[in-house]
Amino acid sequence: MYKIVNKKTLNPCVKLLEIKAPFVARKAEPGQFIILRVNHDGERIPLTVADYDRNRGTVTIIFQEVGKTTRMLGEMNEGDELLDFVGPLGKASHLDGVKKAAVIGGGLGTAIAFPQAKKLYSLGTEVDSIIGFRNKELVILEDELKNVSSRVFTTTDDGSNGTKGFVTDILKKLIGEGNKYDLVIAIGPLIMMKVVSGLTRDYGIKTIVSMNPVMIDGTGMCGGCRVTVGGETKFACVDGPDFDGHLVDFDEAMRRQQMYKKEEKHSHDAHTCRIGGVENG
Amino acid sequence: MANMSLEKVKMPEQDPDERNKNFLEVALGYTEDMAVEEAKRCLDCKGKPCMKGCPVNVRIPEFLQLVAGGNFEKAYDKVRETNSLPAICGRVCPQETQCEMYCVRGKKGEPVAVGRLERFVADWYMKNREPKIDEISGNGRKVAVIGSGPAGLTCAGDLAKMGYEVTIFEAFHAAGGVLMYGIPEFRLPKELVQKEIENLTGLGVQIKTNMVIGKVFTLDELMEEGFEAIFVGSGAGLPKFMGIPGENLNGVYSANEFLTRINLMKAYKFPDCDTPVKVGKNVAVVGGGNVAMDAARSAKRLGAENVYIVYRRSENELPARLEEVHHAKEEGIIFKLLNNPVSIIGTEDGWVKGMECISMELGEPDSSGRRRPVPVEGSGHVIDLETVVIAIGQSPNPLIKSTTEDLETHGWGGIVADEETGKTSKPGVFAGGDAVTGAATVILAMGAGKKAAKAIDEYISKNTSS
Repeated sequence: MYKIVNKKTLNPCVKLLEIKAPFVARKAEPGQFIILRVNHDGERIPLTVADYDRNRGTVTIIFQEVGKTTRMLGEMNEGDELLDFVGPLGKASHLDGVKKAAVIGGGLGTAIAFPQAKKLYSLGTEVDSIIGFRNKELVILEDELKNVSSRVFTTTDDGSNGTKGFVTDILKKLIGEGNKYDLVIAIGPLIMMKVVSGLTRDYGIKTIVSMNPVMIDGTGMCGGCRVTVGGETKFACVDGPDFDGHLVDFDEAMRRQQMYKKEEKHSHDAHTCRIGGVENG
Repeated sequence: MANMSLEKVKMPEQDPDERNKNFLEVALGYTEDMAVEEAKRCLDCKGKPCMKGCPVNVRIPEFLQLVAGGNFEKAYDKVRETNSLPAICGRVCPQETQCEMYCVRGKKGEPVAVGRLERFVADWYMKNREPKIDEISGNGRKVAVIGSGPAGLTCAGDLAKMGYEVTIFEAFHAAGGVLMYGIPEFRLPKELVQKEIENLTGLGVQIKTNMVIGKVFTLDELMEEGFEAIFVGSGAGLPKFMGIPGENLNGVYSANEFLTRINLMKAYKFPDCDTPVKVGKNVAVVGGGNVAMDAARSAKRLGAENVYIVYRRSENELPARLEEVHHAKEEGIIFKLLNNPVSIIGTEDGWVKGMECISMELGEPDSSGRRRPVPVEGSGHVIDLETVVIAIGQSPNPLIKSTTEDLETHGWGGIVADEETGKTSKPGVFAGGDAVTGAATVILAMGAGKKAAKAIDEYISKNTSS
């Protein structure tokens, strides 16, 4: 059993849990993910590692309540225990040797972009973080990112916080102003990652995206997490979850994401919380 | 007086039309009277030919004589001397190519039903006796076993009996490996698998679930933790696809994913259990092995109207057990033999709507000795489908290989290991089962686990004395 040692509500539908899992904490790196199960009849869901503390032996996950499992997870409290928690899975992000990076988080994707920014910053990289949300209420991790970034740019669709518009508007502006990025990391809804990758392709800037498709085991066994990258089928769980954004077939990924939409609805009656970035958490 | 009937005593089964709608066990097992009658068909041959067909050396004639005499408890003890998982082997071993193949009675008529009787004694014991806690004096020496499938469980059980302190590391949340995620409930009830595993934990074997070795610990780190030897039985966990267009459409599954959803995650109980599985009205399973039969029969039980086995060779070449093919046919599975898929066709929004196949005919024998299927020109045709399950085999899981530099592997991914001992290129590391051979049977994996346990004991004893 894996104990919840800390719980925070980041916005009305995004929560943070810090879980006691010393073996996972010992090895976890930015870019990797875990799979958890809440109870005996529960499903296995993958969540990207949002943070880890090797000394405390804890791993932090941040999730949005979009389905039955994440809703149950959101109802759990400090002191409660998760039945299963396995990881770290997937390959760690390669972040060495980057001079200047733009780290982009869309909605919940910000939670996964955060450890990447943190790691880059600790390696001496100049980090511009760009985060986008639907409105002011949904903004998360803005202060935390300020501690690990040279600059943080926040956008909202309705202009209620930061700049009105999309993360790509800011990125385009920054590039236009002469900022020379040697790496862009984009994490968020598939459509956002697609648009960012389209933009950076024009500028020839290397772009890493983090995929989080449906999967069961997370060890390469089921093949449910197939992603087409550069015309080849890859398994996000063992070959990823990071991939070259210029090579990912986002249209296929978006279609595959629809696979269990009907069943998810069955498991979770209409829930009003929609920030976007569902696929990243 | 031996029973000279040429046929095995029939085992009662659920009616095909009934059972293809439920997940309860198909074969219902012998009664005590049936078991005694069948066991009396054994001639107790002096040379014990049947035993040479058994990878775990079950003392077959001895246990059959005990059954014939009505001494079921002793018969169970006799089986368990060499086989840690009798209730499982009695159900899923391909006896027709092992013990029963060598049975003298099989020369004229049917061989003695060794498998059914092994199942009978195991079930009888579970029903009528409390699990036995064997008294073992430990030697305090630690061995790690990676994977809790048939190879790992057997290796762990044998080592525990010798006094070793054994820890099994399992990646999934439940122990059992393919016995839990792969073989369906209707062939191998999961409660029974767990009972057999409890018998092992009763021997002192520790099982740590949610541990993906290669990620959470490397083999070297396990050695540093004080494990003197490691057995790798991590199985064949990497699904093969055909490489044809349309394989990433919604509605295409690997057999691993399809069966894991149904068996381990109990998707057949959705929405009471949270994991869903999608089964359309028309389902094609590509492949002709036991896994393909399991997937097809599961799809039927989940309500598919038409379930097809699509296989590129003919019935004679089907790699599945005859019994499985027979059961599948009884349950209404449609065999589309000499058919090779060339593409999967999708709707505009990315869902499967059909599969294009070409007809094949058999040509000259290929390297496997089976006649090579050759395409018939102009024979392209489309089968209307909503679901496709690809069951054309698995490769060994690469997670351990990729994190252990000095572990030698074959080009196709299998760990290089000595056939008799399981010894690998890395000192103190042994391997067996599908991780070494590629996808094979439960009993061959068990045999490999058994040989490795013996070799590990010799390795550690030698290290101690020198």
